[in-house]
Amino acid sequence: MTRSPEALADDGVLKFYVAGDDGHGHAEGGTMIGFWIYLMSDCLIFASLFACYAVYGHAYAAGPSPADLFELPTVALNTALLLFSSITYGFAMLAMEKNNRAVTIFWMLVTAAFGMGFVYLELNEFAHLIHEGAGPQRSAFLSSFFTLVGTHGLHVSVGILWMFVLMIQVAWKGLGPENKRRLMCLSMFWHFLDVVWIGVFSFVYLVSVLP
Amino acid sequence: MRLLRFLGLLPLFALLGGCDYVILNPSGDVALQERNLILASTGLMLLIILPVIAATALFAWRYRASNTKAAYAPDWNHSTQLEVLIWTAPLLIIIALGALTWISTHTLDPFRPVGRIDAKRAVPTGTKPLVIDAVSLDWKWLFIYPEQGIATVNAVAAPVDQPIEFHITSGTVMNTLFIPALAGQIYAMAGMETKLAAVMNKEGTFDGFSGMYSGAGFSDMKFKFESLQPEAFAAWVENAKHADMKLDAAKYEELSKPSEKVRPQFYATVQPDLFNKILNMCVDANKMCEDQMMAIDATGGVAGEKGAENREKLIYDGAKLSEGNEAPGATFPASGRAPNTLKTAPQGIEPSGMATQSNEGGVQKDDVQGRGKPHMDGMPMDDGKANPAPAQINPH
Amino acid sequence: MFSNINLQQLIFGRLTLEAIPYHEPILILTFLGVAVGGAALLGALTYYKWWGYLWNEWFTSIDHKKIGIMYCVLALVMLVRGFSDALLMRSQQALAFNGSEGYLPPHHYDQVFTAHGVIMIFFMAMPFVTGLMNFVVPLQIGARDVAFPFLNNFSFWMTVAGAMTVMLSLFVGEFARTGWTNFAPLSESSYSPGVGVDYYIWSLQIAGIGTLLSGVNLIATIVKMRAPGMSFMKMPIFTWTALCTNVLIVAAFPILTAVLALLSLDRYLGFNFFTNDLGGNPMMYVNLLWIWGHPEVYILILPLFGVFSEVTSTFCGKRLFGYASMIYATVVITILAYLVWLHHFFTMGNGASVNSFFGITTMIISIPTGAKIFNWLFTMYKGRIRFELPMMWTVAFMITFVIGGMTGVLLAVPPADFQLHNSLFLVAHFHNVIIGGTFFGIMAGVAYWWPKAFGFKLDVYWGKWSFWLWVSGFYFAFMPLYVLGLMGVTRRLNHFDDPSLRIWFVIAAFGALLVAGGIGTFFYQIYVSIRERDVLADVTGDPWDGRTLEWSTSSPPPSYNFAFTPMVHDLDAWTDMKKRGYVRPLNGYQPIHMPKSTPAGIILSGLSLAFGFAMIWYIWWLAALSFVAIVVYTIAHTFNYNRDFYISAEEVTRTEEQRSRMLGLTKV
Repeated sequence: MTRSPEALADDGVLKFYVAGDDGHGHAEGGTMIGFWIYLMSDCLIFASLFACYAVYGHAYAAGPSPADLFELPTVALNTALLLFSSITYGFAMLAMEKNNRAVTIFWMLVTAAFGMGFVYLELNEFAHLIHEGAGPQRSAFLSSFFTLVGTHGLHVSVGILWMFVLMIQVAWKGLGPENKRRLMCLSMFWHFLDVVWIGVFSFVYLVSVLP
Repeated sequence: MRLLRFLGLLPLFALLGGCDYVILNPSGDVALQERNLILASTGLMLLIILPVIAATALFAWRYRASNTKAAYAPDWNHSTQLEVLIWTAPLLIIIALGALTWISTHTLDPFRPVGRIDAKRAVPTGTKPLVIDAVSLDWKWLFIYPEQGIATVNAVAAPVDQPIEFHITSGTVMNTLFIPALAGQIYAMAGMETKLAAVMNKEGTFDGFSGMYSGAGFSDMKFKFESLQPEAFAAWVENAKHADMKLDAAKYEELSKPSEKVRPQFYATVQPDLFNKILNMCVDANKMCEDQMMAIDATGGVAGEKGAENREKLIYDGAKLSEGNEAPGATFPASGRAPNTLKTAPQGIEPSGMATQSNEGGVQKDDVQGRGKPHMDGMPMDDGKANPAPAQINPH
Repeated sequence: MFSNINLQQLIFGRLTLEAIPYHEPILILTFLGVAVGGAALLGALTYYKWWGYLWNEWFTSIDHKKIGIMYCVLALVMLVRGFSDALLMRSQQALAFNGSEGYLPPHHYDQVFTAHGVIMIFFMAMPFVTGLMNFVVPLQIGARDVAFPFLNNFSFWMTVAGAMTVMLSLFVGEFARTGWTNFAPLSESSYSPGVGVDYYIWSLQIAGIGTLLSGVNLIATIVKMRAPGMSFMKMPIFTWTALCTNVLIVAAFPILTAVLALLSLDRYLGFNFFTNDLGGNPMMYVNLLWIWGHPEVYILILPLFGVFSEVTSTFCGKRLFGYASMIYATVVITILAYLVWLHHFFTMGNGASVNSFFGITTMIISIPTGAKIFNWLFTMYKGRIRFELPMMWTVAFMITFVIGGMTGVLLAVPPADFQLHNSLFLVAHFHNVIIGGTFFGIMAGVAYWWPKAFGFKLDVYWGKWSFWLWVSGFYFAFMPLYVLGLMGVTRRLNHFDDPSLRIWFVIAAFGALLVAGGIGTFFYQIYVSIRERDVLADVTGDPWDGRTLEWSTSSPPPSYNFAFTPMVHDLDAWTDMKKRGYVRPLNGYQPIHMPKSTPAGIILSGLSLAFGFAMIWYIWWLAALSFVAIVVYTIAHTFNYNRDFYISAEEVTRTEEQRSRMLGLTKV
């Protein structure tokens, strides 16, 4: 879309319209900005959940506290998995830039594998907690913990599902502009989840376990 | 300056004199200061509102299309002087109002003991306020006088010109304690204590109620606040002390069940720590008190099986669920009532039982189906015949 | 017998035949009315073979103009429902005196006032506002559609699904009895078991998805799709307010989604967020709800500030006074909207400093708002004011709104609020700003853009009837409530003792009847206008001597809006074009790239409705099934790569030549 002042005047005469269909009817980069705005709104959902955790983080209801429950090594492994998955998704994007379909799909598979490892570990942790009687019904602290971490895990799961759908679509349609746009969106989504996880890791696990 | 504006407003309020404008004509000093604040703020704002309304009408008339004599400046759209004026005029008023707000919010903080009895008299040094503990229940108010050792339901009294301090909590959902002639309202919330400091300057009987919707019986959650001379108040207390009933944990549990249109009741004695127990949601001896829970939490909670066991001891809302009374906001099918029936009393509420002259806490029906369960066939429907409406209409 | 019950529960959850209030005369009559009316409508649609037309041209359309109109139709339908609730309340309160309990017992009355609030805010005002923005914004910025046309259709249908969920509660089960804010712990399962609160939650969650996505959509549209030359400071003021509104939507609705999701977790899975016990805290609900709720107030009023600005400027025949300061005011309001939520509960025991802080921030909002009022005032100054319907609504707004603003600032003084909180004074205040601001603005906007949407003006005679009935009805209905509030009467009461109050309630009920007349005459006005459409026709596309780009195209605009993308040089682009002797190009048309219609939105919305209904009634198999269907259908939809087409140059030429002929008719 042209906005330079030169375009406004044509031989000194003011133009009032753009001749022809310059594609103006469709937002260029609109999808990116739209998806970005959506992510910001998602960010606010997480912000609400973080706020809840800040309020309820010490409301153990005479029950277990983070020090009793969290196992940092597992969480560290989880964090590593998710961080690596972001890097591998980056490789997928590099391959996409080179229009290399097979390599793109390969790195997406690796990313999805890391993601599934992350979700598996998280579900394991949840199952363990519930088994110990520290389920979300136990106290407001655990309610907010399960909700915050679970919402993140749900997002990761949706991201994995999306990744598989995209792999099929890339395999089917190749790396056309639509698929590239979708890959970019998923990229933003995936890195966003990484950033949120760093928040979760710091504010939920580290802060509450370290003295 | 402010006085002048008040004078301007006086005739307006004379016009309103016919009715009981309790907010504008209160009887307690706190409410009176709040009234003054309402009038002062309104006056301040009218300074700008009235000219705007007048100018709107004037411009609309003067610049109507048919008036071709009026000036027409189609491209006039900016004037720095006017811009400065339209931003600073409201700003100045808001600065004045903001200052007024800051000061008055602090002086009229309901948590802060009253500083004066009325505009002319300060509180004599060494005066201890009369403490009244107020508990909102479904749907009545329980008042406990800790110093006098009595309790009342839906009745409250205090000596005139005596600073009062309400300690407020709820045994159920949120309500607000509101006695407009005395002071503004403040929330009653379970597990939390709010305070309301006030003083009443006139003798008489005033309306009090919950200002916050809290379920089906909310409209009748009313009481009278009696402002009495000290001797009369002493007699009022003495009278209560001769009541038949005593308020203990068991009686409270009975009282806290939902009931509507409850008549004033008096209790000769009160279990000493009852309000504290209510506040900490542990009137039931099997429950853990909130303060105890918070003390445990402050030291890092309890892990393992011991911690797991504590859960049962802390269930409060859920425990009410199993009692069999209809919940304040229950809807079909949990209410056990067909949807949107007209003229039927909700199950589990027996207003007549509560309001009998015997001055005894009503006994609720306990045979109501559990809530949260679907309505099964074979269950009699409340169609107005099974449970006649007049039971609910209960003249005081 | 037990296995029987289990089977029944398995299939129908907690839904039983008794959930249908067939014993209730009022509801049966309502239902019959709806059923007969609905059957007549469906019959007519079938008889006239309009189904295909509706499906192809409207329901599956991704044209922002049609979606905008459908939003307004939804809002009108819900206005009737919400207003019926208002009539029920006003008559109940006027009757329930002297020991009479009126005709609505609390458990019914409580649903009525809850439903009234929910419907009027979420399903009347919001769709109207979204509809206006949807219709107008792309036209004002010279775009062919919104950034994500399919998403737009989907958003609309999700709003419909939410509205239908609320409507279902009327005939199947019950609605919440908590008040529209649905405060915990009353809304928790311990205090509100049953389907009522679940109806509330799911209707808002489903509609909320639509609202949020349409917010995203319009922001992307405004940021990315403005005509060349239209810098931010040359953007029409309505578009500016729409931008700020959608920023508010995107930044506020996720919080509502979150708080309702947390409440659902409490209710469905026994979590402890807002319970009294186990460390939960109901005050958190109140805070989170109002962190959404206060920006929501500005979501409802900002776009109408834009409408009033456009209307004032057009009908005064003048440039808007203080365009720049108007924009700063809008932006300041947008930001401050997030710093005032606590004024909704000064009485919840906050410290004095906290209360004063939020009281003062609230008052500060009145400064930019006041500046706006002055800007309209000085736009009128030295103007040539044509008192067409939109301008009448605007003047009524200016006078009414300043009163509401004043009482609002009064309520922002914490000690004053202690006396007025929860009172009828408060009820009068927010109706004063929502009716006097939002609704009057909607009426102004509808009258203003109606000719653009349909190609003919609205009938003025019946419009004036509607206007005067509405305005006088408003004052009759709500001034008594101010008075009652000063008498210490609080809201949501079912019946009263003090007979001296009654006269005020009777006056208020009379006001409600006047408003009923206002609504009736509005519908009659539409009918008369359609009947007389040839007389009222607008062939120029510019019936009001408009100033912005939407008036440069035909009425109604072609599906592609503009044959050539306009180029903007000045703030009032169309006025500028007219002044500089713009000549409409008559040849050189090229094919136009447009998105295709799709039924995906309506299908997903239907599935969401089924999902919501299943969750409300614990019909788990249906919930699982519809959820899986939603996911699968969404994925399948992404496999469709063939989503757009070209309108051929010949067709554009045909359409534009037709317009030339129409314009030729008006040539002198």
